[in-house]
Amino acid sequence: MTDLWIHPSLILLVGAVILPMLPKALRKPFLVAVPVLAFADVLSMQGNFGVHGVTRFLDWTLTFGRVDALSMVFAYIMTLMCVIGTIYGLHVEEPAQHSAAWTYVAGSLGVIFCGDYLVLFLFWEIMAFSSVFLVWFRGRKESLASGYRYLLVHTAGGLLLLAGLVLRYQATGGDISFGPIGVASPQLYTWLILAGFILNAAVPPLHAWLPDAYGEATVTGSVFMCAFTTKTAVYALARGFAGMEILVPLGVCMALYGVVYAVLENDSRRLLAYHIISQVGYMVAGVGIGTELAINGACAHAFAHILYKGLLFMGCGAVLHMTGKSKFTELGGLYKRMPRTFVYTLIGGLSISAFPLFSGFVSKAMIVAAGFEVHNYWAAFLLTLASAGTFLHTGLKVPYFIWFGKNNCSEETWKRASDPPMNMQVGMILASILCIFIGCYTPYLYKMLPFPQVAQAYEPYTAYHLSETLQILLFTALGFFLLLKKLTPEPKISLDLDWFYRMGGRAFYWFARKPVQTADDAVSEAWDRQGVVPLMKTARYWSWFDWHAIDGVVDGIARTVREYGEALRTFQSGRLQLNIIAMLALVALALALLAAA
Amino acid sequence: MIVRFIDFFRDRLGTTIRACLALLALLVLWDALFVSKEHAHTFMERIPGFWAVFGFVACVLIIVVSKWYGHLGIMTREDYYDD
Repeated sequence: MTDLWIHPSLILLVGAVILPMLPKALRKPFLVAVPVLAFADVLSMQGNFGVHGVTRFLDWTLTFGRVDALSMVFAYIMTLMCVIGTIYGLHVEEPAQHSAAWTYVAGSLGVIFCGDYLVLFLFWEIMAFSSVFLVWFRGRKESLASGYRYLLVHTAGGLLLLAGLVLRYQATGGDISFGPIGVASPQLYTWLILAGFILNAAVPPLHAWLPDAYGEATVTGSVFMCAFTTKTAVYALARGFAGMEILVPLGVCMALYGVVYAVLENDSRRLLAYHIISQVGYMVAGVGIGTELAINGACAHAFAHILYKGLLFMGCGAVLHMTGKSKFTELGGLYKRMPRTFVYTLIGGLSISAFPLFSGFVSKAMIVAAGFEVHNYWAAFLLTLASAGTFLHTGLKVPYFIWFGKNNCSEETWKRASDPPMNMQVGMILASILCIFIGCYTPYLYKMLPFPQVAQAYEPYTAYHLSETLQILLFTALGFFLLLKKLTPEPKISLDLDWFYRMGGRAFYWFARKPVQTADDAVSEAWDRQGVVPLMKTARYWSWFDWHAIDGVVDGIARTVREYGEALRTFQSGRLQLNIIAMLALVALALALLAAA
Repeated sequence: MIVRFIDFFRDRLGTTIRACLALLALLVLWDALFVSKEHAHTFMERIPGFWAVFGFVACVLIIVVSKWYGHLGIMTREDYYDD
């Protein structure tokens, strides 16, 4: 164990604070240096497992750095994605955007390395509060509203988590350590903590914040957002809830739910966002299956997902950045204008669809195989069904309707379209290379997994598995081209469960405006009519009383005193000898009276 | 370069489609003749070309069911949430 352990979050947080103060010329090198430094910091921890950064705070012992295989695989890919994402966003001049993104990554890394619920909660909230800026910076009216909804939903999730922590603290007699929570005998606090986690993992029905926010975030913002919140939640689930059976059906539902909405979606980035739900579904199901192979699969899939989903968001983001459009009904036929972006996005699409030689193939298969191994056939078959859907949308629909298909571009869009600036392309190239590398050279990823022996014994490239995958994917493609007409995008939006809080919010406003406001007005009116008039009368009476009765008494006393004073005055001439004579006369009279008595 | 590559296939669309279909047929043939199915978990997976049918049916099912669901009223006008 080394003496010096630096939390990678600290590097990013310090960087986020310094960045806006730097002169413009230094910003670009600094933007590359900080995430690279954080990544190097994580690399230096490899093979150096243990607990670091233990601090006492009030009555608690807080652990900031639990370094083990599970936390390392997530920290590794997250800092790497931070490097790629920052390079992709290098052209963004606003330092605040980068600072928000880094703070957000720092929040994720804080959760990944924490050893107790208190630190977890702290970083959990940092994540929610910094990422909302990535939505707000888009600056549209919709993004402002979307950001507020995002923040409200995450605050609600954070409160569920907090309630769970407090109850658990009480039930266990002051235990705040974060580890396997005991899924065999769930208590109320188990469910509350689980609810907090699965809200961030976007498990239906707590998922609608995701497409809502990610579709509205800035181009670079959504590249960050797609990688961190949900995958941090997957980490937290893998750490605490491995083997929680309810997660299997939930995960399968997620995988299918995302696919269904992706068919209907017209906005390319919202489609990708729905596909996050679908992909995280595999991971959640993997955590629910809970065997060593399944946990490996969940981690491997999270690792691969961060790269290919980042790549896909970078590709569609580049289209949005260059043309200002992200809807299929306003794009099409762009292969002549943005050929490179097409290739990168296609690599992302093939990776997410688990095409052989691409990253998804070696990670998704693990989860499905784990499902078959525990004889959970319906889950395994439904996940395979969802993977056909994945190829259908992200591998076929997105590239086809942006780069081929009917050209819906306006003249202006067509003129603006071209491959994006070099830094954006470098980001996409890095992610593309990694996606292919992971798919081709499996030991790179498999060695990092929490159970490396199990992972290394697993072989995805068998003839059977190859044949199975190729058949599913290629016949899905056949179906796609046969039913192409049915898939033509429509300029529509799809209602989702955010309807309830959007309309719920409106109902609340209506309630405030109509019944509450009306009642308030009525009370004011009644007060004016019925309340003020008697009050005025009472006031007049009191004024009369004051004038005649109180003033009469007071003034009367004053007048009496004055009259006596007047009378007394005549006795006083001011001459000393007269006073002495009068006094002597009084004394003599008194003595005479006493003597007579 | 990329554009020329794509245009090459687009100019010969008919041939490309026929080649792709031939590829699909070859794939199923390979599956039926050469792929060992010892490790299959269920009997269905031992049927040659099972996954090809599965993939195609899955694709059609997903599209049809989703569209049916969307047209139940889930898909709505874009300014639905605007005041």
